[in-house]
Parts: sequence; structure tokens; C-alpha cells
Amino acid sequence: MNKKPTSPINYRLAKSRAYQVLIIIFAMAITIPLFFIIGYIFVQGVQKINWTFLTHIPKPVGESGGGIANALVGSLIIVAVAAVIAIPIGIMCGIYLSENKRSKLAYWSRLSVDILQGVPSIVIGIVVYFWIVKPAGGFSAFSGSIALAIMMLPIVVRSTEETLKLLPDSLKEAALALGIPYHRVILSVIVPCGISGILSGVILSVARIAGETAPLLFTAFGNPYLSGDIRKPMQSLPLLIFNYATSPYDDWRDLAWGASLILLLWVLLLNIFTKVITRRWKIQL
Amino acid sequence: MMESLSFNKEAIVSSPEITRKSWLQRWLLRVIPYAMNNEKSATVTKTKAKTTNRSSKQIRWENFFRNALVWIAVAMVVLMLGVFVTLCIQSIPSFKALGLKYLWGRTWDPVNEVYGAWPFLIGTLLTSFTALIISIPFSFAVAIFLGEYYPNGWLSNFLRNAVELIAAVPSVIYGFWGLFVLVPIVRKLESGIGAPPFGVGIFSASLVLAIMVIPYAASLSRELIRLVPSHLKEGAYALGATRYEVIMKVILPYTKSGLLAGVLLSLGRALGETMAVTMVIGNSSAIPSGKFFLFGPGNTMASVIANEFTEAATTTYLSALIELGLVLFLVTVVINMIGKRIISRFTNE
Repeated sequence: MNKKPTSPINYRLAKSRAYQVLIIIFAMAITIPLFFIIGYIFVQGVQKINWTFLTHIPKPVGESGGGIANALVGSLIIVAVAAVIAIPIGIMCGIYLSENKRSKLAYWSRLSVDILQGVPSIVIGIVVYFWIVKPAGGFSAFSGSIALAIMMLPIVVRSTEETLKLLPDSLKEAALALGIPYHRVILSVIVPCGISGILSGVILSVARIAGETAPLLFTAFGNPYLSGDIRKPMQSLPLLIFNYATSPYDDWRDLAWGASLILLLWVLLLNIFTKVITRRWKIQL
Repeated sequence: MMESLSFNKEAIVSSPEITRKSWLQRWLLRVIPYAMNNEKSATVTKTKAKTTNRSSKQIRWENFFRNALVWIAVAMVVLMLGVFVTLCIQSIPSFKALGLKYLWGRTWDPVNEVYGAWPFLIGTLLTSFTALIISIPFSFAVAIFLGEYYPNGWLSNFLRNAVELIAAVPSVIYGFWGLFVLVPIVRKLESGIGAPPFGVGIFSASLVLAIMVIPYAASLSRELIRLVPSHLKEGAYALGATRYEVIMKVILPYTKSGLLAGVLLSLGRALGETMAVTMVIGNSSAIPSGKFFLFGPGNTMASVIANEFTEAATTTYLSALIELGLVLFLVTVVINMIGKRIISRFTNE
């Protein structure tokens, strides 16, 4: 390489040091908006949360008070149904992908999961609208769960696959040599060994879909009343935040601040939980 | 190796004449009899459940388990194709009515049945790229910080957790915060520089997006920076390079394709982001123009779908929105695929 005459060493060292300081400043700068957001939500939300807030449904416009019980219940139901659908399928698919690394089907399946992971959530909402809402003739919490399950699947699949791939083959060979049938080998040897990775993927995906709004806009739709029927529209926390945050009424906006704090706490707790699990259950091989 | 050890039904089925066919035929031949077999064996099981011994029951379970795995893997492909096909079918009416010029039609006026996607394409590109430009210095700084300067220690733990937190906060909360905190700040800034003080608009959306996409590029780039072989770095140090020179002339050139992949993943995320953008972009179907085009209200593809989908009364209107969804789907898929391809090539080397 044709180089310019090198500059004096002091200058180069100073440049290096300056660069390091610059990197540190930029890297640390990203925590400012983060803590600003969390702090702001906390300050705004904490004044609004009390027992009535958690156990009552929103009051009509003009009356103050009321709570977000319908959204809390709705969110729990929608996310739980989505998790029940997506977790077994996702884990099974992850097992298939890690067991058949080089088959054609695994290649296409992996590609599909990759594509699904990148699909914008709003597009999933549109598709589920045509799959379930339109044929069924109306918005329903169940269709919202399906949409969230589709969002959740790729995360579960990938975390299961990545975890199981790391397990040594000798583990499975030893189990097979004992004459244990294949499904028992997978279910009682391989999966338990990778349970920390699988569980953390599952919880992370639950945290991810708990905050998803876009796919619910055209599926669960929202409902100002308390409802436990998954064939009917249902409110959920992110939907409530979106609808009430953009409304012109102060009372509703207050509800949205409180709901934001609850949603944020929920998501953060799930994330911390994931961390604890991966640390506690790290299986030594 | 493992497949030959375990009892493998697929090996029995694939006789020589089957292997000559294409993989799809082979695979169909292999999979379809399974379904038939299963149903038959399931009905047989019920009649003589008591007489079956343990081992045959186990074999049945085993086969059932294997088939279930295969079917679920197939289901993933079907699901992905289903998403694509549904979008295509539902956007046919708009394609018929408007043709290809839909994509560069400049007016979006549902009342008069005029649909042109150009304002939203421009809006999407503007917000995404502005967000990327703002976020890139920060995400690369985080990556270099965590990958090179401080790979361990409490400071790096703190920053790593902060990055994960940024990814974890739901987008609707970013939107809410942006609407009530960021928008007034931007409004002040706008009146300061003489732009019309909307507050909401493309610039606000880009700012919120920039925060949201930092984790995607940062965490990937960090992984890749840590993959740089240490003998390269040590060689450079031995030649008397300073740390800055090692980063600039060894680490970044070595990882540049991977860094590009990280940026692409961020871009894919920014293009498809809906809620936060919808809340702060101002929702106007006019094409951003003039000296302060960056500060005017606009709309992205995702935000216009979110706003108008449930209000779309006519078939063409609805279908035009779905066609936007299809475009969004294709663009994000292509971007994500390129990114993933680069990553896999990088990690295999």
C-alpha cells in the first residue's frame, strides 16, 4: 500500500484516545432516550394506578375515573391463547429443524420461518383478517390470538433450533443405544437438556407479542366493555393505549398512561425473568 | 450419521425409482402415504387397543412423532406461502382497476376513487432512511464499545441490557411517548428554524424510529466484531498500530459486509414499523415537498394501512391498501433475505 509518511506518534495516540472517547459518548448516549422514556412513563403512569384503575372498565367520555380491567383481562386471554397455539408448534418445528439440518424440507422450512420473522406485523394483521375475521363475519379475540401466534412462532422456532443444535450428538446416541424410542429420546433427553434456551425463547416471544398492536387492529379490534368470549371483539392493553392516546379526552389519556406503565412493567418483568432463567438453568455439558 | 442409527421410516420408503424423481415429487410420495397410514393405524388401534403390546405401541408413537415433525415443518412453508398468496389474491381487484401505474400515482383520494401509492412509498423511504442515518453512528458506536473496547465488565453489561431494553419496549409506547414528549420538542425546533410548526411529521417519526432500530444493527455488529480473529488484531498491534488504526484498518474492513447486514436488518425493521410511526407522522396523504419536506406531515405504507383499513368501504379501496401491504411484504422479505444471506456467508467463513 502506498502510504503517506506516518504522523508523529503522539498525534496518533491522541487521535486514538479521542476516538475512544467519542465511541464511549455515542454508545452511552443511547441510554438517555431509553431512561427518559421509561422514567416519563413511570412518572405519568404511577399517579394513575390504584385499585379502581385495575378493577374497573373505562367510564364513558365526560366521566372521570374508571380503569382498564377489560384491557388487562383481554390482553391476558389473547396472549395466553396465542401462546397455547404457538408454543407446541414452534418447539416441534425447532426440533425438526435441528434434527434434519440438511434436508430439503428443512431448508424451505427454515427459509419460511426467516421470512415470517421479517414480515411487518401489520401485514400479518391483514392476512388474518382475510383468513378468520371475514369468513367468521366479525372481529374476534381468537383471530387476534392467531395473528399473535404467527408473530410468535418464528422466535420460538429459532430459539429452539439454536439451543438444540448446540447439544452434542453423543447425548442422543447414548439414549438411542439404550433402546429408547425416538420420541422419548427427543422429549425426555434432548428437550430437557435444552429447556433453558427454549424457555427463554418462549418467554421472550410472549414479551414481544404482549406489546404488539398492529396485528390486533383488524382482528381483536377492541371493546370498551369487559368480555371473556374469544369469539367476540376484545380489548387489549396495546390497543387501549393506541386508541386512548390519540383521543382528545384527558381522562382517556390518563388511562392510557397508566396502561402504558402496566404494559411496560409486564414486558420488562418477562425480560428479566428470561435473564434469570438462562442464568439459573444453564446446563453444564 | 444420526439418521442411520435411529429407526428411519423414510429410508424404507425411498426406493431407487423414487430417488430418480425431483425432490418435490420424492417428498410428496414420501409424505402422502404417511398421512394415509396414520389414519388407518389410528382406527385399527382403537379396536385392539388392549391386545397391543408395548413395543408396537411405542413404534406407532414413534412414527406418529416423526410424521408430526415433518407435517409441522411443512406447515411453516404453507403458512408463509399462505401469507403471500392471500396478499396477492386480495390485491387483484386493485391491480385490475388501477394497473401498474398505481405505484407511481401521485394522488391518494379515496373519495374520488383515485389511488396512487407514490406519497406512501416516498414517506416510507424518507422516514426509514432518515432513521437509519440518525441511528447508524449510535449503533456502530455501541457495537465497537461492546465488541472491542469493553467486552466484559459492569459497564458493558449495563449497556448490553440497555440495548435489549430498547428492543423490548413495545412500539405503541414509543409512539405514545413520541406524541407527548418528542412532538412538542420538534415543534419548538421547527418554529426555531422557520418551518411550519406541525410537530408531528416525517422528522418526528424518523427520530422515534431511529431509537427503535438501534438494537438490531448494534447487537448483530457486536457479534461480528467479536468474531474478528485475534491474530489479525495482534498482528496490527505488533506493527505499532494504535487502537484507532486497528479498528479502522483491521476490524471495520474485516466486518464490513456484516455491518451492512446489520444495517439492512435495521432497515427492514424500520420499513415495517407501524404503531409508533402512525402515532407521530401526522397522517397526510400529500407528497412531502418544499424546503422543509422533512418536517411536514406524511404517511408511510404501514401507517396508511393501519389508519384506513377498517374504514375502507369499497373493494378497490380495500384492495389498494392490501396491495400496499403486498409491496411492503415483498420489500421487507427481500431486504431481510439479503441481510441473512450476508450473515450466513460471514459466519461460515
